[in-house]
Amino acid sequence: MKLAQLIAWLRDRLRTVVRVCLGLLVLLVLIDAWPGVVNKDEAHTTIERWPAFWAVFGFVGCVLLIVLSKAFGHAGIMKREDYYDD
Amino acid sequence: MTDVWLHPAWLLILGALLLPLTPARLKRGFLLIVPVLTLLRIGLMPKGTFGEVPFLDWVLVFGRVDALAHVFAVIMGLMAVIATLYSLHVRDDAQHMAAWIYAGGSLGAIYAGDLLTLFVFWEVMALSSVFLIWFRRGPQSPAAGFRYLLVHMAGGVALLTGIVLHLQATGSLAFVAFEVKQMTPATWLILTGFLLNAAVPPLHAWLPDAYGEATFNGSVFLCSFTTKTAVYTLCRGFPGLEILVPLGVVMALYGVVYAVLENDSRRLLAYHIVSQVGYMVAGVGIGTGLAINGACAHAFANVLYKGLLFMGCGAVLHMTGQSKFTELGGLWKKMPWTFALTLIGGLAISAFPLTSGFVSKPMIVAAAYADHRLGVGLLLMLASVGTFLHTGLKVPYFIWFGKRNCSESTWRRAGEPPGNMLAAMTIAAVLCLVIGCYTPSLYALLPRADVYYQPYTAYHISETLQLLLFTALGFFLLRKQLQPEPTISLDLDWFHRMLGRGVAWIAQRPVQRADNRWGELYRRAGLTPLARSADQVRRFDQGVIDGAIDGLATVVGRLGGRLRSMQRADLQQNLTLALAVVGIVLFLVYRFLV
Repeated sequence: MKLAQLIAWLRDRLRTVVRVCLGLLVLLVLIDAWPGVVNKDEAHTTIERWPAFWAVFGFVGCVLLIVLSKAFGHAGIMKREDYYDD
Repeated sequence: MTDVWLHPAWLLILGALLLPLTPARLKRGFLLIVPVLTLLRIGLMPKGTFGEVPFLDWVLVFGRVDALAHVFAVIMGLMAVIATLYSLHVRDDAQHMAAWIYAGGSLGAIYAGDLLTLFVFWEVMALSSVFLIWFRRGPQSPAAGFRYLLVHMAGGVALLTGIVLHLQATGSLAFVAFEVKQMTPATWLILTGFLLNAAVPPLHAWLPDAYGEATFNGSVFLCSFTTKTAVYTLCRGFPGLEILVPLGVVMALYGVVYAVLENDSRRLLAYHIVSQVGYMVAGVGIGTGLAINGACAHAFANVLYKGLLFMGCGAVLHMTGQSKFTELGGLWKKMPWTFALTLIGGLAISAFPLTSGFVSKPMIVAAAYADHRLGVGLLLMLASVGTFLHTGLKVPYFIWFGKRNCSESTWRRAGEPPGNMLAAMTIAAVLCLVIGCYTPSLYALLPRADVYYQPYTAYHISETLQLLLFTALGFFLLRKQLQPEPTISLDLDWFHRMLGRGVAWIAQRPVQRADNRWGELYRRAGLTPLARSADQVRRFDQGVIDGAIDGLATVVGRLGGRLRSMQRADLQQNLTLALAVVGIVLFLVYRFLV
């Protein structure tokens, strides 16, 4: 049960954990933007050469997927659980 | 070539038949040794063509062993071992038998060198896997099983018709790549059969319907074999077929959208199978060496992490009796190891560096870019965002963290699953990491040895980490939006559910009335003379035949007793028999008329 203790320990320090995670995100973008660290010759399009392109793509993609899918679901796709029962 | 060639599928099928006869104290050992022997047999099999059996005018080929068949057979064999270990504590022989015959059917289909053998094993898979749904024995299980069976029967009919037409047109039953530039009605029908099993929209709705309803361990088998065997047949039969590219991309996104809406964890994972198989289908459609390798690698990696995810959610279902997010939450204190192992599966499917997804999925995306399909590449990356959003974040968060929606009894029941289940999950998790950390373990198996791919470059690692970690940021900012809702989502299964209801109505009303009238006529005109002759037959029967039959009947009765608890058993048997008869009749019709 040591694993549960570790999770509890992390949850007690949630603020610090969140700060470390946000720090990691910033670090990730900085590394990507730093010239010469990440070889961008593998990019297939010009937009991929922009610093932090994939960070923006991931964030915007995630928000769009959630918002659009929920809108689709609430437009009549999501039904009561007993929809098929009668 | 050799006189004795042991097909690995026979090991599983024979093992399944011997299982009820195994003494109880040897049962667990037997359950472990049979799939392990099967896997060893697969691993040690030399390349070549074996098991050629002359049948009428043709030669059936049971064992075409080449690199493409080998990579799929290895992963199926491996999964048979892991999934059986996971179900080891289940004291129900019939469940193990169904699962082994199903896995054997998959191996038979993979090694089949001709279309007729492929069809036979294809049907073996459909007929044995439906029991994994029925054995849940819930109020909804019979109907879910029948929907699954009927959809697969329809696919089987399309496949068989295509095979017969193909034979008529070309005179060949060999299962090799079809002419994808000149598709004929025959090859379209064969393709339809394959696409149905691969759950390609609009032929996909059976999958979430069935996999959410199966037993906790049955879903682990189901999620591995049917769709990935179909991917194998697509790799074999239709590499480079253009239409597969848009279909694959649509699949990859379709599954992701429905996964947002889903409240049942196992149905969510099922929609993610649709999404993941989309990558493979797109890879087959692109058809270059890198794309085919990517499809195979992704299928291999997918069986392991998808199995791991289904094992994790299956463990929650097994221990708590719940699989819906609105009935779970906050379980980390009770099931921390199940959480950690499931999370590894979630990270692997999302293609985090050092996991198997990172070395398999990007091959397909890279193949799309290399083939100058930028839109395909970008849309597949968007699907990756959705994959992490759901399987990596939504599933672990709403089961183990988030709001505690558990009832008192759910909370009391929750706890780590039995050791064998944790062991099976650990093996799958370790393999996900091994493949991710040591790429030759997977790449050496791939069919196109001439293609080189290196996933660990600074650009690819930076790209993946940005994509995934910023998805996580979006998830935590919008997690209120994602709060599970106790709903179900309409999908295309609406049509066959409603069609079934319509047929049931016709059967109850007009057909019932006609049947009653016919019955009345029959009673008056036919029954009285028949009763007289029947009486004479009865005397003969009682005196002579009964004695001989009774002994046999006791044996059969004992075996049958084990199956008797099955719901609606008579109807199920009739269906199976009917299918067999339909197959034979179709075949005879063809023999005599063509």
